[in-house]
Amino acid sequence: MTVLILGATSPIAQAVADVYAAAGFSVALAARDVEEAGRAARDLQIRHGVEARGFAFDACEDFERHAALVSEVEATLGPVDVALVAFGFMGDQQASEEDFEKARRVIEVNYTGAVSVCEAVARAMESRGAGSIIGLSSVAGERGRASNYFYGSAKGALTLYLQGLRSRLASKNVHVMTVKLGFVDTPMTFELETGIPVASPQKAAQAIFNAQGRGVETFYYPRFWGGIMGVIKSIPEKVFKRLSL
Amino acid sequence: MSTTTWASKSLAGWGRYPIVDTLCARPESQSQTLKAFHDRQGDALLAHGFGRSYGDAALLSQGRVVLTRRLKKMLEFDEASGLLRVEAGVTIGELIEVFLPRGWFVPVVPGTQFVSMGGAIGCNIHGKNHGHAGCFGDHVRSMEMLLASGEVVRCSREEHEDLFWATIGGMGLTGIILNAEIQLQAVESGAIEMESIRFNNLDEFFQISAESSDYFHTVSWIDCVKSGAQMGRGIFMRGRHASAAQARTLSEGPLERVVELAQRVLDGRAFESNVLLNRATIRLFNEAYYHKHPAGEHHSVVGYEPFFFPLDAVENWNYVYGKRGFLQYQMVVPEREAVRDILKVISESKMASFLAVIKEFGDQDHGGLSFPCGGTTLALDFPNFGEPLLTMMDRLDELVAEVGGRVYLGKDSRLSAEMFRRMYPTWERWREVRDRWDPQGVFQSDLSRRLGLTPA
Ligand SMILES: Cc1cc2nc3c(=O)[nH]c(=O)nc-3n(C[C@H](O)[C@H](O)[C@H](O)COP(=O)(O)OP(=O)(O)OC[C@H]3O[C@@H](n4cnc5c(N)ncnc54)[C@H](O)[C@@H]3O)c2cc1C
Repeated sequence: MTVLILGATSPIAQAVADVYAAAGFSVALAARDVEEAGRAARDLQIRHGVEARGFAFDACEDFERHAALVSEVEATLGPVDVALVAFGFMGDQQASEEDFEKARRVIEVNYTGAVSVCEAVARAMESRGAGSIIGLSSVAGERGRASNYFYGSAKGALTLYLQGLRSRLASKNVHVMTVKLGFVDTPMTFELETGIPVASPQKAAQAIFNAQGRGVETFYYPRFWGGIMGVIKSIPEKVFKRLSL
Repeated sequence: MSTTTWASKSLAGWGRYPIVDTLCARPESQSQTLKAFHDRQGDALLAHGFGRSYGDAALLSQGRVVLTRRLKKMLEFDEASGLLRVEAGVTIGELIEVFLPRGWFVPVVPGTQFVSMGGAIGCNIHGKNHGHAGCFGDHVRSMEMLLASGEVVRCSREEHEDLFWATIGGMGLTGIILNAEIQLQAVESGAIEMESIRFNNLDEFFQISAESSDYFHTVSWIDCVKSGAQMGRGIFMRGRHASAAQARTLSEGPLERVVELAQRVLDGRAFESNVLLNRATIRLFNEAYYHKHPAGEHHSVVGYEPFFFPLDAVENWNYVYGKRGFLQYQMVVPEREAVRDILKVISESKMASFLAVIKEFGDQDHGGLSFPCGGTTLALDFPNFGEPLLTMMDRLDELVAEVGGRVYLGKDSRLSAEMFRRMYPTWERWREVRDRWDPQGVFQSDLSRRLGLTPA
């Protein structure tokens, strides 16, 4: 069994890799920083005695390379049973408003790049009639907010894309899961001073692993975010605009 | 790549005294660590592992702190020899979890498994086996460090030997250890074959200690509330790694019973009503602890956790001391008589310590800023009684320095620079090496400033 982690150097990605390796999966770690991915692969080999390798991957450069990457991974580690799209880029809202190139990067990493690589994985899985694709989306993609709508809209689009992909692949025995993450203790939340509890990457990873195993389609982690988003989504636009969220 | 995120965080050591606000970065990889170094904007810097040192060794109030706990990749392992290279943020507990099933144990462990390897080297920690295994640093083969110059350099006993020496027990002041190579110890099982013996006073302690030289691990708890004929009564524990056959006979020993009692007392959540530790509750606890243990000798085979890390089962037990925090006083004295004098001062002071630990070190003195040397070590936890406590500790310093002993910097938050110099005569040699590798004092800590080890 093989898991492919795209965007493998983030703490959540590494924690997920660790959980799958502990369960005996071979692990392909794809990231821009190949050297770090290689170190992470070494770590999994030592800790769990599994096969693990680092691969070069950039979500936005060379969309054509994405299919080649999937083939390369399958040629070295065997068919990909589970693929996790773990990369994301928050960007800076203010800077994105001032300079479209910055906004574009946020959109391309979170949406275009994710779609491109998901398509490559989907084709391989579809032809075999087996597999599971996990996309890390975000609660930020549930409602456009003044403070991060570039990131939010790209994640929102990703959520919709995954929904469509799920419909398309349902009859092909390929499972697609959308994970909507709230606050997890990563560099993105390190600075945050919030009363809302922040989950550890390890716990988030275990939850993702369990949900994937059960064939869950969409889930929030931590779970209470489902409730919070329910409330946020129900606020009428007229009121929402005035809340400085 | 984006610049380093520096967030203002409240940091404290395990004693929760002092607590300081500092700009912190938490790199996720070696390359982000180098990045943080370059993004420090000329400020002083310090590595901070899990903050299990008690006082201000891992704190830096005017400067920036790099939290190393996410640097935890395992980089190389040789199944045949047990030689391992891991990043500095890996915990002792993680090492045991991963390698014990393969027959390897960490050669020197402290009283908690929640310490990083970087912290273990920075404080050159000692375990219950100092006489047999020395300190943690004795099992380190080489290190890769980020230095004040911004370079990454490997050092060992052969390569940049001075840097290697000054970093082991160097309290984080020579640079940031990125990863290190350590030699694990082969064991048949994780279980410990142990004996515990109740003793009535200090003389009995020293006698049992002398008879225990063929036990790999020894440690004792003593009741420092008692005075007179019962001064220094306690429970002696000695053990060795059990064979595979013995490990199958794992039993509930008296150790579990006393551990369980300590857990109940220390469970922070039981203290909602703010019945904090004071002299009366400490006295009661000490009484109960002693009597829970049956008189005489007791054999058992126990798991490594209750033996090495009895208090880890209680998360955040340091919070039972409340907002004021607590101070540990750990010293070593080469002379037995001094132990008696020290216990006397403490019991007369009416400031009780909860769970005092006593053991004898081997003869080895590690030099530099490393703590252990031949003699008897005593570790005492005092609730922060304020001024009277500090005054008493100053008195203890005098007694300790007088006989050529010293206080453990990894547990200190109040020693004076002058006292420090008396206690650590090799400090000047250490300072020379440090100055060579970090002439501007890029790496600093509140402890180093207090003790005059780096520019103020
Ligand atoms: C319950 C308990 C029991 C203990 N028992 C013992 C014992 O039996 N024996 C013993 O010796 N100690 C003992 N200690 C103390 C503890 O082992 C040491 O303080 C240890 O250094 C803590 O590790 P840490 O990762 O929390 O380091 P921190 O407290 O975060 O840092 C300690 C020092 O190491 C430096 N440091 C940390 N990481 C790095 C790095 N990557 N590069 C360079 N420097 C670094 C810091 O700058 C600091 O000076 C105990 C502590 C507790 C809480």
